[in-house]
Amino acid sequence: MGEFKVHRVRFFDYMPSGIRALAFNGDTERMAVARMDGSVEIFHCSDRFFQEKIIPGREQCGIEGLSWVGERLFSAGLNGGITEYDLTNQKVKYTIDAYKIPWYTFLILCFYHLNLDRQKSRIVSLSWHTSGSKIAAGMMDMIQIFNVETGHSIHRMLADRGVGTSRSKECVVWSVVYLSDGTIVSGDSVGMVKLWDDQTGTLIKSHNVTKCDVLALSVSQNEDSLVAGTSEGTVVQFQFVSMVLGKDDKEWVRTRTFKNHTHDIRAVAEITTAVVSGGMDAQLVVKPLLDKIEVRSAASALRKIHFPHRRLVFCARNSGLMLFQYPGHLELWRLGESEGKGIPGSSLFVKRNPEKLLHLKVKGEDHIRCSAVSPCGEWIVYSTASSLRLYRLHCDNNNVSITKISKLPKVLSSANQLCFSSDSSHLFSASTQSSVHIVSLSQSGCKFVGTLKPKSGSHQAIHLLAASEDGEWLASANSDHEVHIYNLQTRKAHCTVPVYSSAVTAMGIHPTTNCLFMMYADQQMCEYSIEQKQYTDWSRTVQRKGLHRLWMERDTPCLNVMFNPQNPSHVILHDTYMLCIIDQSLPLPDDKTQFYNQLTLKSLTEDQRKSHSHAFKVCKTFKDILCVELISDQSLVVVERPLEDVATQLPAPIKQKKFAT
Amino acid sequence: MATLYEGYTLCGVGPVQNSSNIGILGVEQGGDIDHVLVTDTSRSITVYKVKGVTSYAINTFLKQGQIISCPAVFNTQSQEYVVVTDDRVVRVWKEDDVNLEKAFKATVSADVLKVLSATDSEPVVLFCCGAVRFLDSLLASPQQPMEDVLTEDEIIRWSTIVKAEHQLVILFSTEQRGEHCLYVQRFNPNTLVKHRFETEPGLSAPISFSATCRGSNIHLLYLYLNGSVYESVLPFRSSSTGAEGVQALSRSLCLSLPLGEEKLMSGAAVVLDEAHVAVVGFPHPSAGACKDYLCIWNTHFQTLQASKEMAGRIYSQLWCYSGKLYVPHGKMLSVIPFDCQKSSLAAAMGKQKQTSQSESKSCRFVTSWTSQSCTDVTQTTEIKSRMSTRNVSDLSIIPTSAVEDVQAEVGEFIRRTPQADLQLAAGRVALELVSRSQTDANFYPQCAFLLLLETRYLCYSVCPELLSLAMVKKDFHLCQIAFQIFSDIPEAVTCACLKTILSTPDLEMETVNLDMDSVIFMKELTQAHSRSDEEGGQLNGFCHPALESDVSDTPSNKLQRDPFALDMSCPVGLHKGALLNEVLQTAYSDRSLLPHLKDLTVPQVIVFLQYLRFLYLKYSHDAHKQIRALRTPSISQIIDWVCLLLDAHFTVLAVAPEAKRLVFDLHKFVRSQVKLYAELGKIEGSLQVLKSSKQSEDFGMYAIQVIELF
Repeated sequence: MGEFKVHRVRFFDYMPSGIRALAFNGDTERMAVARMDGSVEIFHCSDRFFQEKIIPGREQCGIEGLSWVGERLFSAGLNGGITEYDLTNQKVKYTIDAYKIPWYTFLILCFYHLNLDRQKSRIVSLSWHTSGSKIAAGMMDMIQIFNVETGHSIHRMLADRGVGTSRSKECVVWSVVYLSDGTIVSGDSVGMVKLWDDQTGTLIKSHNVTKCDVLALSVSQNEDSLVAGTSEGTVVQFQFVSMVLGKDDKEWVRTRTFKNHTHDIRAVAEITTAVVSGGMDAQLVVKPLLDKIEVRSAASALRKIHFPHRRLVFCARNSGLMLFQYPGHLELWRLGESEGKGIPGSSLFVKRNPEKLLHLKVKGEDHIRCSAVSPCGEWIVYSTASSLRLYRLHCDNNNVSITKISKLPKVLSSANQLCFSSDSSHLFSASTQSSVHIVSLSQSGCKFVGTLKPKSGSHQAIHLLAASEDGEWLASANSDHEVHIYNLQTRKAHCTVPVYSSAVTAMGIHPTTNCLFMMYADQQMCEYSIEQKQYTDWSRTVQRKGLHRLWMERDTPCLNVMFNPQNPSHVILHDTYMLCIIDQSLPLPDDKTQFYNQLTLKSLTEDQRKSHSHAFKVCKTFKDILCVELISDQSLVVVERPLEDVATQLPAPIKQKKFAT
Repeated sequence: MATLYEGYTLCGVGPVQNSSNIGILGVEQGGDIDHVLVTDTSRSITVYKVKGVTSYAINTFLKQGQIISCPAVFNTQSQEYVVVTDDRVVRVWKEDDVNLEKAFKATVSADVLKVLSATDSEPVVLFCCGAVRFLDSLLASPQQPMEDVLTEDEIIRWSTIVKAEHQLVILFSTEQRGEHCLYVQRFNPNTLVKHRFETEPGLSAPISFSATCRGSNIHLLYLYLNGSVYESVLPFRSSSTGAEGVQALSRSLCLSLPLGEEKLMSGAAVVLDEAHVAVVGFPHPSAGACKDYLCIWNTHFQTLQASKEMAGRIYSQLWCYSGKLYVPHGKMLSVIPFDCQKSSLAAAMGKQKQTSQSESKSCRFVTSWTSQSCTDVTQTTEIKSRMSTRNVSDLSIIPTSAVEDVQAEVGEFIRRTPQADLQLAAGRVALELVSRSQTDANFYPQCAFLLLLETRYLCYSVCPELLSLAMVKKDFHLCQIAFQIFSDIPEAVTCACLKTILSTPDLEMETVNLDMDSVIFMKELTQAHSRSDEEGGQLNGFCHPALESDVSDTPSNKLQRDPFALDMSCPVGLHKGALLNEVLQTAYSDRSLLPHLKDLTVPQVIVFLQYLRFLYLKYSHDAHKQIRALRTPSISQIIDWVCLLLDAHFTVLAVAPEAKRLVFDLHKFVRSQVKLYAELGKIEGSLQVLKSSKQSEDFGMYAIQVIELF
């Protein structure tokens, strides 16, 4: 099959940001995740937790709480501001500085203009009763219930401080949940989950969950299950069950404990079949509740989401340059060079080390939404929510300089996705209402050429763009799962790929056949002939025969589709844990075939290999892959971000005494 | 276990003068490891090369009228032989000097008792007066005067030389007017310490001594005519330099040999190693009156390890050189090679060491045995004296009374005798009961035997005939208890019992009253089978590799029957199974068991193998884990027995048509196991690859590598 020279890159210091808040919308099956850097992400829970939308954060923008109101998403920040998000265009809609009091957490259900009794103590957490007439507030050493109409305190419930030395420390009620039956659940810094009666203001039951803090609480939609996240990284589940079988006399009983985090859990949420948790270790953990799952499937496996489902690394194929996208800056690197040849599995002598050419800081407070480098390596473009900047790069041997292109056409004020044509002569910028602006690039500057608009009239933002090698075609994919193909000669919509239930995670246009190869979040793949406006025969065969079980069970989406110009039947794909070359000329594996067969094939002779080979050639040499790209000299660039490296850069977790350490 | 191999006669023993207990003058180590020097009471000194079963000899004769005073020795330093003739003439000659007259001789000033020689050191001459000289210095001035160490009427009875760490120690015992003393002569500095043997009324002098050096101590073992073997430990280096006065010799009883009815005249003991003693002249515990036996006893466990009958008169002489015993008996000197396996608990307990459950149990008895024998010597001696009187009075009825009376008397005896005394007494009573049962066909006091067994003080060696008697009487209950309690059943007896059990029809067996626990285990085991069948298959998705792999090669056969799913009915009855389980749990060593297993007939082997396979299948279905039983055979015991049976009978089983199916099934099982291990090997290999690939992962921040996809 073949040898590849691989540039293994581990110097992209990408650090995922800690998770601060979670909000689950049961109607749309969407999970909103707010991170420490102010970004908000939308995951589709029933589409393998694909990260559909990313709203980049801003400097100094701390989000403390997230809440869905219908299909509208709101967040409350540390500075007292309340923000609503425009999920269609994936940006902030507006921010109102509602109160100039610092709210530490705000759980918004609807807006009331409240005049509560003046509080001496800080309010740390809040929860509304479903009736909307009462609100529970967690404070220092106590919980208060307010009548919303009068603004007066109904009950004051004192939380106990810890024993011993912690006696002198205030007990912070980090989280409260007001259940519809009038029970108030609180989680505090002493490590207790306490249940209170709002009628009498008395403690019903108290559970000691941890020695550290209980930071987050969340109740399931039908209020029969409650999860608490602690600063030790454990999630504790409580269930509302009857103590005697068949009797209606129910109690909250501690049932399960999960430990999937190394650091503080700052947010928990219970979705239909799983508990989702996130915290300082920046991973989103989906722990399925096996009692709610009937069949074993990809949905019943523990899922840990470490990296965004978007590309953060771009390669200039023809010039060996790499662009790393950090939230607040871009880095441009030149790949190293090797000398001599080596046997498979060996490392080559590095003649020239990789070199950082450029460190480009973002102007303004907004974080980068998207960026791109042209295949020739001459152009760099990035966009934030508010501005788009295009730079031209001059490389004379060791001298690197950039010039900012000043007079940009007005349509290039902001972009959801950016892409260069393969000859680097045009820039495609995805804009509002699923439209794509075309700008031509030349020595003198750039010129607006036209706008491509879909026939469907979808308003969703485009998250993927793919241009064909010959400059004829452009494909765009948006969050409505629509894939539009445009003819760049006529600048008209050519056709629309039939809409599939799962989101497109990666796509590419084949350089010789002009077929669009698409990967979906549910691990399906399709090949669509642009010229014939139909799925190819190979694609139909794949659909008919089905993909191998092990392929379908992978839990990270494919993030790039590449083609090998020297072998047109090869499609190169990658996800976080593997690199795969699909040889379309070989038979597809069925469920009885050994899927990961590289080790077996290695041990066989050339002749025997033929009978054992199948289309999927999976290489598991690499892990924690952020990007794989095939550059023009037939070598692969694999950018890895080992999780151990991420872990070493995280703040120290709560110290726990362990034996023999 | 110790073994006595087939011996052979080395030479004849000359005509015995008077009634002394000396057949020949002595057997001494020759110049080589397999050379011995035999000094006859007549006038010949012979060097024998003893190797395998052959021997050759070089004879040296003395002139008529000369008398050899002491055994000839070989001086390894000068490669010369030394002998003393006519009490005072020391003769030294080399191997090629056949005529002693031409050899070097020197006449000394006092009567020589013995020349003592240890390898790689100067021979020492011990005079009758107790004086000691190195041979070299003596020959330099033969006429030097000798001091009198001993008093006039003190006679040296026995002497030896012990060497360790280049240090020589001479030990000799003396007798003076009925008082027996031990002298310890150390050299450099020269010290002589006198010890007094403890005497008891009615106990004469020790009849045989054997001294060995272990660590920094000399262990002196001596045997009395009453069957007691005592051990005294002397420090190699004297702490008190030439201390005056006579010290009492502290001793500990390490063995008490069974006595026959006849009064013994002679006997000898020699230490073989730390744990084993060879004894000649004492009766075999089960052979009745005949006393002419050579026995190897384990002093740690007080068990008889091996025995051999010796024809003819026994003398108080016994030598041991490099793995061979030299026993003069009748008119010949026999060489008997022996082998003592390192006496560890594991060897004594045989296979039981591996099993977890039975180990703890059997060990408990052992500790009580050793603690009894090693700790409190004085107590033991007291017991002996007390017991000897009581025995006579209480159980004198055994030879004559009816079964019921005897049983009642034994019960009473056990109840009355203190626990500490029982250990020695129980065996004696059992012996008496067994010997009467053997002669009197109508006499079989089962209850008495059971009571004695329940004391847990019996072991096989104490009363060897008990088990075979029970087998003859088909008393399987007693057998079962004995199997549970005895940890030293010889392999031959185990096999004989196994044969009896297998040949007894199931019908007869079911009426036998057995230990409930074992029967319940069998019941549960056979029921577990039907239960798991009802559940419709195996738990946990267990799928034997054979099921998958055999589809290709024997499809038709496969359809008919599956060896691992069917045939799960127990091939023997519950009671027989329970007894077989006891056999499986006995201690044995492979090498000794194998020849006896060949005694089983083919049908017996097949039934036993079927039963073992049944057990194995049950075990692999985890059925036994749900059953609470005190004693269950372990899976390794089952597999070991299968292997042994196949080893012993493989050729017969291979051709016997009725065994074909069984062998075929077992073969399949083995093949599947081999396949499983092959697969496991592959997994191990890939895991190793994973490990090594992980190690090579660390390349820093950047590398250019080559990968290959197939």
